[in-house]
Amino acid sequence: MDLNFTAGEQTFREEVRGFLRARLPGEISRKVLGGKRMEKNDFVQWQKILHEQGWGAVAWPVAFGGTGWNAVQQHIFDEECADAGAPMQLPFGLKMVAPVIMAFGNPAQQQRFLPRIVDGTDWWCQGYSEPGSGSDLASLKMRAVREGDHYVVSGQKTWNTLGQYADWIFCLVRTSTEGRQQAGISFLLIDMKTPGITVRPIIMLDGEHEINEVWFEDVRVPVENLIGEENKGWTYAKFLLGHERTGIAGVGRSKRELKKLKDIARKETAGGRPLIEDQRFRDRIAQVELELMALEITNLRVISSESDADGKKRAPGPEASILKIKGSEIQQMLTELQMQALGHYALPYIEDALNAGWPGDPQMAAYADHAAALSGHYFNYRKTTIYGGSNEIQKNIISQMILGL
Amino acid sequence: MDFNYTEEQLALQDTLRRFIARDYAFEHRRELAKSADGFSRPAWKTFADFGILALPFHEDFGGLNGNAVDTMLVMEMLGRGLALEPYASTVVLCGGLLRDAGSIAQKEALLPAIAGGELMLAFAHYEPGTRYQLDRVATTAMAIGSGWKLDGAKAVVLGAPSADKLVVSAKDGKGISLFLVDARAPGVTLRAYPTQDGARAADIKFANVAVGAGALIGTAGAALPAIERAVDYANAALCAEAVGIMSALNEVTLEYLKTRKQFGVPIGKFQALQHRMADMVIATEQARSMATLAAVRVDSADAAERSRSVAAAKAYVTQSARLVGQQAVQLHGGMGVVDELNVAHYFKRLTMIGLSFGDTDYHLGRFSDTLLAA
Repeated sequence: MDLNFTAGEQTFREEVRGFLRARLPGEISRKVLGGKRMEKNDFVQWQKILHEQGWGAVAWPVAFGGTGWNAVQQHIFDEECADAGAPMQLPFGLKMVAPVIMAFGNPAQQQRFLPRIVDGTDWWCQGYSEPGSGSDLASLKMRAVREGDHYVVSGQKTWNTLGQYADWIFCLVRTSTEGRQQAGISFLLIDMKTPGITVRPIIMLDGEHEINEVWFEDVRVPVENLIGEENKGWTYAKFLLGHERTGIAGVGRSKRELKKLKDIARKETAGGRPLIEDQRFRDRIAQVELELMALEITNLRVISSESDADGKKRAPGPEASILKIKGSEIQQMLTELQMQALGHYALPYIEDALNAGWPGDPQMAAYADHAAALSGHYFNYRKTTIYGGSNEIQKNIISQMILGL
Repeated sequence: MDFNYTEEQLALQDTLRRFIARDYAFEHRRELAKSADGFSRPAWKTFADFGILALPFHEDFGGLNGNAVDTMLVMEMLGRGLALEPYASTVVLCGGLLRDAGSIAQKEALLPAIAGGELMLAFAHYEPGTRYQLDRVATTAMAIGSGWKLDGAKAVVLGAPSADKLVVSAKDGKGISLFLVDARAPGVTLRAYPTQDGARAADIKFANVAVGAGALIGTAGAALPAIERAVDYANAALCAEAVGIMSALNEVTLEYLKTRKQFGVPIGKFQALQHRMADMVIATEQARSMATLAAVRVDSADAAERSRSVAAAKAYVTQSARLVGQQAVQLHGGMGVVDELNVAHYFKRLTMIGLSFGDTDYHLGRFSDTLLAA
């Protein structure tokens, strides 16, 4: 039992830091650290830089172009990237569809799709939820009917994140209505340029366009885009959700946001004194920090137990639900306190201020640059306990899979 | 970074687990709590045979060179068994003080006796009206000839009724000093009582208690850092004990949810109860992480790092313990509030851990104040 990093791990951390200093573009990190609006190219450019370094997919095995790093190395990388203000590597390709393609795809699919994920060529998005199928995902209705060497797909997906930029979408589709509803689901990869696909924005409560509805009207998808076997998609879907949940812990990003919260609490004043000297507010910060300290270790315990002695990864178990619940709650607490720290200046909604390079307004000098994003983040982050399987669904998973209730 | 126990640690854990299951069943424990001593002397002898009384001491003094992770493992198992023996008082707290601050002669005289199970100790430090402040001591030590004379009162000294010797803090004008005092010395008066969780404690009066020069532990007036370290060490141990109790409490509660039927089905089929049980499991896993942090950091040479980590862990674990304890009682319904089931006893012990050596607010405050410096 040892929570200290080894000399080798420290050296590794220095290597990651050195790389970030040298290669992370300042205009991108300033956006991330300032909570500014991100553009597609910010994500793509960063993925390409990582790929050039050979670090495009830190959780993948070497055989597929990953780093083969162990759990602790991945944790260090995650922490350093977040701290430096690197954009989050979007999970849809790297952490969601890729593990499914590796585990259940055929070699042709692996060779076709995986290199284009790791090098940043393809932007992937997710087609899981439907208007009538949220928490009850297995009730999904979008039909895929086999016609010769194509599936013809019709229906609607929703809560699709950043699909407005996507080249590909992975979808759960209904290929059978026989038997249990879980038994008629297949996992299909669909080119977003295929005729019959329409992406319609859903504007979120913070005023931003992050999610979409995606409509499919007689979309013809080649059968070679089917993953694994027809009607076995539910198994792959659950496998994917397990992978999604570990990433959702977001320890590195929360550590960065905690630091930011403390910075804000030192800058903002109350009664002429720094807000952090207000014991009531400081204790709230302390309480979140405790949660995060515990989660950091729980996260390491879970991901270490998912690595075999030779560092090979196993699929995340239901313990990942614990990480998802705690991780999302902490993210929400942090955004709430950041907003609260602003006092009156939590109220203004100045749309332009979210753009990088906003020059500020002389008449609102007290409206600090860091203020613009904080209330919006609070509103936006209510999503975290809802997406990826709501926290209530996670508790069902714990009850059933861990506790056998 | 490594989250695994060594082979030796796993073997010790297994030994203790079997002992608790075989020789420390709940019914037996209930009898012990009502007995004169309030614990089992044969069990204490067995602990000596297992080596756990020697664990944190250097081999030169009959010890096993164990670290705080070893102590964590022991405390977790003692927690599962709701062991009544004053392990934390004698071995962790007083043993730790002697190990860190005692002279060679004191260590030679006392540590092998602790290790062999022949000597029990209690730490007489807190006083009425000081709550959890470690630097408030009103008891006085006056230098008389080559020795000292102690006067004052100590509050709720855990394990005192069975202690052969007391480690007593007193102020000598310069600062706080520690003295080793025979529990039956003239002028020492114990008002002994059971605690809510079935253990034993006492309020103690010291009136004109004479001790020799050899009774002083460490340097006169300079004991506070050693006291702070020992109490951190005790708190880390209590965190581990709490985790052991929470794990055991979750197991019995889960079993109850699966077997107790209402409306024709096991009550564990109801989602309101399932989610509460899930909350208890999450709280316990998070508490385990923090108890591990405390165990690893409490051995740190950096006092600020040590105390920050222990404060964090105790503040967190006590909140988890409160949730798990209260919800275990709730999920057991009426059976949760009766004396004959172990549930209430686990709950009471968890509650007392939360009030010993600093409560949630005290430790959260300690941790919170470190944010000012950062």
